[in-house]
Amino acid sequence: MSDHDSHKLSFVQRYIFSQDHKVIGIQYAITALCFMFLGLVLMMLMRWQLAYPGADDPSIPIFGKLLKNALPGGKLTPELYNSLGAMHGTIMVFLGVVPLAVGAFGNYLVPLQVGAGDMAFPKLNMSSYWAFFIGGVVMLSSFLMPGGAANSGWTSYPPMADIAQGGLSAQFSTRLLSGQSFWLIGMVFLISSSLLGSINTIVTIIQLRVKGLTFMRLPFMVWAQLVTAFLLLLAFPPLEAAGLMQLADRLVGSNFFLPAGLVVTGEAVGRVGGGSPLLWQHLFWFLAHPEVYVLILPAMGIVAEIIANNTRKPLRGYKSMVYSILFLGFMSFIVWAHHMFLTDMGTVISAFFQTTTMIISIPSVVVITAMVLSLWGGSIRFTTPMLFALAFLPMFGIGGLTGLPLGLAATDVHLHDTYYVIGHFHYVVAPGTILALFGGIYYWFPKATGRKMSDVLGRIHFWPTLICLNVIFFPMFIQGMAGVSRRLFDGGATYTHAQPVMWTNKVMMMGAWTLALVQIPFIFNFFWSIRHGRKVGPNPWEATTLEWAAPSPPIPHGNFETPPVVYRDAYAYSQPGCAKDYLPQNEPEVG
Amino acid sequence: MLELFHKLGLPVDASSHGGSMDQLMIYVHWFMLILFVGWGLFFVYTLIRFRSSRVKKVDPDGIRSHAPTYLEVAVVVVEVLLLIGFSIPIWASRVEDFPKPAEGEPVTQIHVVAQQFVWNIHYPGPDSIFGRLNGELIDSETNPIGLDSEDPAAADDIWVVNDLRVPVDIPVLVTLTSLDVIHCFSLPTMRIKQDVIPGMEIPVWFLPVRESGDEKWQVACAQLCGVGHYRMAGRFNVVKEAEFEAWYEERLAEMAANADDDW
Repeated sequence: MSDHDSHKLSFVQRYIFSQDHKVIGIQYAITALCFMFLGLVLMMLMRWQLAYPGADDPSIPIFGKLLKNALPGGKLTPELYNSLGAMHGTIMVFLGVVPLAVGAFGNYLVPLQVGAGDMAFPKLNMSSYWAFFIGGVVMLSSFLMPGGAANSGWTSYPPMADIAQGGLSAQFSTRLLSGQSFWLIGMVFLISSSLLGSINTIVTIIQLRVKGLTFMRLPFMVWAQLVTAFLLLLAFPPLEAAGLMQLADRLVGSNFFLPAGLVVTGEAVGRVGGGSPLLWQHLFWFLAHPEVYVLILPAMGIVAEIIANNTRKPLRGYKSMVYSILFLGFMSFIVWAHHMFLTDMGTVISAFFQTTTMIISIPSVVVITAMVLSLWGGSIRFTTPMLFALAFLPMFGIGGLTGLPLGLAATDVHLHDTYYVIGHFHYVVAPGTILALFGGIYYWFPKATGRKMSDVLGRIHFWPTLICLNVIFFPMFIQGMAGVSRRLFDGGATYTHAQPVMWTNKVMMMGAWTLALVQIPFIFNFFWSIRHGRKVGPNPWEATTLEWAAPSPPIPHGNFETPPVVYRDAYAYSQPGCAKDYLPQNEPEVG
Repeated sequence: MLELFHKLGLPVDASSHGGSMDQLMIYVHWFMLILFVGWGLFFVYTLIRFRSSRVKKVDPDGIRSHAPTYLEVAVVVVEVLLLIGFSIPIWASRVEDFPKPAEGEPVTQIHVVAQQFVWNIHYPGPDSIFGRLNGELIDSETNPIGLDSEDPAAADDIWVVNDLRVPVDIPVLVTLTSLDVIHCFSLPTMRIKQDVIPGMEIPVWFLPVRESGDEKWQVACAQLCGVGHYRMAGRFNVVKEAEFEAWYEERLAEMAANADDDW
């Protein structure tokens, strides 16, 4: 579709049901950011509850009054706490971070970075966003169901998830109109959305690269998105099947995950059974471990782009990084049962999964080492995106290293299902991925709007966010060491072994509430800069990759004025014999 | 580092096998700490040395040294050592070297029946044979595990709720089952944690090497099991053998008296 045609598009076609990858990317970004903020609010409520579990403790400020009907006495009930826990995880992973990292950054950048006019299948792209949107609405509406939103954890382990919230009721409507059933239906939409998106990304990268853009000239971000897309394509279908099987257990009385002879609150369940609760765990983690890399690979891609640009030198070991993430993608399919060491696992199987887990740490070490070593010999500009990208490295480092004692089955015994686990994966995803995503927003904002976000506000956003994230997540390792279980409504007050570390609950609560507060500069900066940010040219960072060859914002439905041609590697910074310190991929050879 | 961990809240270890797990925990954390600090120092030094205001000319080739590769190889070697030298053997002894009551070893046998949100604990008594359980006989007040009193083997059995007691210095063999959902049987002071999965019978064992005394040890549920998960805690006492036997007799008499009342 030419530029001329795009003028004839109505508002709805242009901004709502758009088929332009850039508009869809921004739709994903804004929707996902809203969901992430909601996920944070749910966590604020939970953190308050954990800090003040007693009946006489102070009630929740602000929300306690705002949500009088849902929060009796301004406090959470155990039911609601469990709902918030399940929904926080679901929202952050499936409605926040993945849509932002893959839906937003992947959609916006992949066609631009391969020099294409759009995604290979624009209509598919649009349907992917709207499937995601419907999934989100279904998830949110589950809060209105009798019994509240799903409360069996984001992992939704049966038999609990099968029978929770009226799953055994005689009334079909009770079984259907329940948080857990809606969670499953919502997941089916979200998974379908990811599948549509991943096919699109794969085809776009393989088929639509412009002339001269060989695979080894691709920006690392494109490689990261390609591997991510394969993970989504191959890992999500088992969970989609598992979700439908659990839905069948709840709605039509099948017994995929129900063994015989269950007795719930003194009453025999009366199902024939024969199913296996462990089957769900295998199907779930077969997705959910690759999912970890879906969360982390795009972040690595963003960080690699920002580091190359802000050190003014090529990435060190680009090829080894590419091979590492390909290997990592493959390995991520054979580590899933390290989440299940305590499900009665023998020596051989546990040795296998411990070994694959140790092996998968190697490519991560290679990628992170390559990024750190890339700094050496450069000229480091501490721009706002660079601050976030640099902070990603040690934060992801902590997240990765703390995976070791969990990946070794013998130490996992004490740490399994404790706050140590929560600390570990949050360091990977929150101070890790989310900081990288923020960095990406600051970095590509000028491309999408033609304006820069304020650096002053960026710094006011960065430093407190970094500190708060550590204040929230570091104490979790201490709690985990003490053996405090996750998902406890009273924060461990019942347990004697939790008493020495109960004080950390108050620290984490203050961290969480302050974290929400210090997002205000970001939110303001984001919306204010769209209209009032400093105007910049198409390539404000003096970068080399193809998206910077397009105007800012790129042309609707087409991106480039003329299709670019690629002459060199992605990161030709500070090349000898070249007057300026960067050589864009599309610039013909000089001299 | 063990003292530091205990200061940070690591519970005491009173089992025969927990020491090796704690030892591995220490090695792994030293390894993590050394990597993070070394790597962090390099990171900070690099940021200061190569800040743009100080650098006149960029070196596009960067580091030429092979040190990073050696470091990566060293990481692999340490991981292999931790895995093969410690984790796999420790795990093997947990899941293969079960005490063998059938061969006449003195073993405290226990059947734990988990349900929302209590731990029912079933002891076989002097005959070492668990009485038959029948789901249809379950009554949450009088017979939470459905013990069939018609079975002669059940005559010397007892059950208790949220009150796990074992004699010191005798291996304990616990069989875990669940009536309803997945629970997780956790004894932090024994470095024991094992999922309890409905439809499966999962054994787990430990050897308590000292008495609990005045310390309030607990059995905890470590897997989200519903609305009362947070309060699914039971007492856990390790006592002298004689004390255990006296308690057992007392409970047996109490159950007999209750049965007579029902009659």
